[in-house]
Amino acid sequence: MNGIDVIKEDILLDCSGLLCPMPIVKTAKAIKEMQTGQILKMISTDAGSPPDIAAWSRQTGNELLLSTEDGGKFVFFLKKS
Amino acid sequence: MSKSNPNAPKRLALIASKGTLDWAYPPFILASAAGAMGWEVGVFFTFYGLTLLKPELTAAVSPLGNPAMPMKMPFGPEGFQNINWNMPNLLMANVPGFESLATTLMKQTFKNKGVASIEKLREMCVDMDVRLIGCQMTMDVFGFKREDFIPQAEIGGAATFLEYAADADVQLFI
Repeated sequence: MNGIDVIKEDILLDCSGLLCPMPIVKTAKAIKEMQTGQILKMISTDAGSPPDIAAWSRQTGNELLLSTEDGGKFVFFLKKS
Repeated sequence: MSKSNPNAPKRLALIASKGTLDWAYPPFILASAAGAMGWEVGVFFTFYGLTLLKPELTAAVSPLGNPAMPMKMPFGPEGFQNINWNMPNLLMANVPGFESLATTLMKQTFKNKGVASIEKLREMCVDMDVRLIGCQMTMDVFGFKREDFIPQAEIGGAATFLEYAADADVQLFI
């Protein structure tokens, strides 16, 4: 149980195959369109994403609820602040 | 000295001084990433970096004088793609079209790996209201006119950049 099935996302964003900085650029764009409190699930294959998404979350104040791996991909749940 | 407005968002001030394909990436990657983090971003394009504000980007890369540049083939099986092709200087300097070949190979490798093109990254920067400042002095030296650059660019000099950079949290020369 890695928590991945517990959180329900409002929006899904798949950044598979993209390298830096596109996953955070697309994440920022997606969050901008969302309402406060909504949850974004972002999937990435970029090994730089776990530290980058954590940094992005700290810098923007959008909470990183979960950062995990699933089936060889990195999965993030972010809550819009 | 502290920032003039302590409540202002974080700010990144970059100088982009190089116009080759390899050196075009760092300023646009950092600028778009900072924009995505909600920072204010300004990039001062000077000397060869100024060409990165032209509507059609023609940035190329040369392995000549770049001894650390890996020469990789963007096609074939993975093992083949990972081979580093060491090219003698004599060949790189004298074979016509070697530079455009190297540029094509680098662009294709980057594309295959999922790196956005310079055009795409610049478009992202424009979308995120990154200030793109072209250097007036460089324009005069190389004979560029305002209309040679994308409309989103603004023109300024050293003082314009320094005033912006004085209030920045991160300043980098690239």
